[in-house]
Amino acid sequence: MTSAVAQGNVPVPQQARGRRSSLTRSRLRSAWLFIAPSLIILALIAGWPLARTIWFSFTDADLNNLSDYEFIGFENYLANYDGEWLGLLTDPDWWQSVWNTVWFTLVSVSIETVLGIIVALILNAAFPGRGIMRAIILIPWAIPTIVSAKMWNWMLHDQFGVINDMLLRVGLIAAPMTWTANADTALWAAVAVDVWKHTSFMALLILAALQMLPQDIYEAAKVDGVSPIRVFFRITLPLIKPALLVAVIFRSLDALRVFDLIYVLTSNSRDTASMSIYARQQLVDFQEVGLGSAASTLIFLIIALIVVITLAAGRMRLGEDPR
Amino acid sequence: MADVVLKNVQKSFGRAKVIHGVDLDIRDGEFVVFVGPSGCGKSTLLRLIAGLEDITGGDLFIGGERVNDLAPAKRGIAMVFQSYALYPHMNVYDNMAFGLELAKSSKTEIDAKVREAARLLQIEALLDRKPRQLSGGQRQRVAIGRAIVRDPKVFLFDEPLSNLDAALRVQTRIEIAKLHNDTRATMIYVTHDQVEAMTLADRIVVLNAGRIEQVGTPLELYHHPANLFVAGFIGSPQMNFIECQVAGVGPGEVLVSLPGGGTLSVPVQPDGVEAGEPVTLGIRPDHVRISPEGTLSGRVELVEELGENHLLYVDAGQGRRLTVREPGDARHEAGSTVSVDLARAFCHLFRGTGEALRPRTDVTSPTSPVTSSAA
Repeated sequence: MTSAVAQGNVPVPQQARGRRSSLTRSRLRSAWLFIAPSLIILALIAGWPLARTIWFSFTDADLNNLSDYEFIGFENYLANYDGEWLGLLTDPDWWQSVWNTVWFTLVSVSIETVLGIIVALILNAAFPGRGIMRAIILIPWAIPTIVSAKMWNWMLHDQFGVINDMLLRVGLIAAPMTWTANADTALWAAVAVDVWKHTSFMALLILAALQMLPQDIYEAAKVDGVSPIRVFFRITLPLIKPALLVAVIFRSLDALRVFDLIYVLTSNSRDTASMSIYARQQLVDFQEVGLGSAASTLIFLIIALIVVITLAAGRMRLGEDPR
Repeated sequence: MADVVLKNVQKSFGRAKVIHGVDLDIRDGEFVVFVGPSGCGKSTLLRLIAGLEDITGGDLFIGGERVNDLAPAKRGIAMVFQSYALYPHMNVYDNMAFGLELAKSSKTEIDAKVREAARLLQIEALLDRKPRQLSGGQRQRVAIGRAIVRDPKVFLFDEPLSNLDAALRVQTRIEIAKLHNDTRATMIYVTHDQVEAMTLADRIVVLNAGRIEQVGTPLELYHHPANLFVAGFIGSPQMNFIECQVAGVGPGEVLVSLPGGGTLSVPVQPDGVEAGEPVTLGIRPDHVRISPEGTLSGRVELVEELGENHLLYVDAGQGRRLTVREPGDARHEAGSTVSVDLARAFCHLFRGTGEALRPRTDVTSPTSPVTSSAA
């Protein structure tokens, strides 16, 4: 009792409150030392180009002469000349590309998620040759997108393509289809190739989650007499949801940036152009660095917005971590 | 309520045979405990009864019905797992109700059952919590609750207390015993802890390497182990074993020559034992006494004080170590020489095959000398 009172009366040194101990300071120093290289590299390869792109989007820079430009404010985005609205935000081609990209992302990621779950469930079961199957399924993912896009371009070719040939032989189509040139089928073709390529990635992420699941609850479910379908929807799916969300976010970010696949498959068709293709066209083909940068900046903002929304929705659900 | 009958039940994983033809008759309402060392097949045997593993050979009957080919859910069993196996994303209520939703029970019926089980196990306040918010003991109660609501004919417990700390283990053990008293359901319980086995069981099944060594009430196993394995496995500290030779045979007794030179008459049925045959003499630490006129002498290697009694580890020469349990505080120090006396009425004799010689009928229920000769 007396000692407690005595301790309570000891004045706390003012310095001790504000300052960190020397051990904490040295820990902070080494922490900064360790993350400094990656921060510097990130600033150089990501921060600087991004800042430059945003800056150019407020100028009338031209690809022929990048040193001679003027600041024009928001005119690349939206401007009013003599009562007529101009700029990126009024360009129907831009909005077409935004819609194409979002549609492509929604459809391909949805299909990849469902197929990925199915493939992961199959690979999670014990069967002979499972190890080899896991390796084989990764092959489409390991092939560079340009190569697989070119490959599929040939397979989908209207005259020499193997797909038309097969469908003709089976009798599903009467005449060869121009898969990639026809606006109705071109984006579906792009979705098909994307699904072919990325389902395995999705499956692997989901498989990792499946293998983390405790086995005993499945035995408990067996004793409880729960049907396999119910086990999947009531036990497996809720438990892999956090991992599934991460996989969906990863794939969505990837799909929103889609460029090479659609570029190779459908060239410069306006009907199928993605946001990235639109930006490249403005910047390189039309030499309009200002407008192209404005498009790139908008892509950045759109993706950032979608990530924030997804993460917020995800965190709400991730918050109630099932484990 | 149902009896469980195993007829020559066998199990192989690939070419490895882990259960070698088990015959067992578990009566309706009986509490049977499977014990044995790790890898003896006790958990496998339980999983065979549960239907989580396929039976390779033999027949299994629950309540008179052959259930070899029935799914676990159709066998009328409920199982409590060592790891609790609760559904991590469901709250306590749903964990218990989940299995019932399928049985086409009405919502009010399920609710009544869950709340009754929760009341029984005193987990009513936890019904909204997720398993990760519970302590180990609470999780195990929920797991038991999930078994109770199924209203099973047979409860199966797979080492349910192994993951609990010592105090909780005792408490939960008592609750399981109470549950058995209340429900009078048939219960099969797997453990490697012989205290759990001794305290809970109506009958204990001792398993070793996929075979039944002995089946009997706890005291039968303790007082009349059928062989060396059971004698060594039941009882703590372990029974002392002394290699010796048969010196002579009389009616209802076998005379053995002890390694120290003395002889001892053990009251067991000779059953064809001949002089000169090597046998193993077994005696529990409680029945070895320090005495000036003892038949064996040795040096005290180590003393363990346990409060109510103490253990002396005596080196009787040639690597033979005897454990002695005496009441109260130790009166000998490590390093001192003592002579010990073996209470002959409590000696067991095991033949070369490990089989025990049957005790003489007039000494079938010995009382512990520790209490009678405490002075």
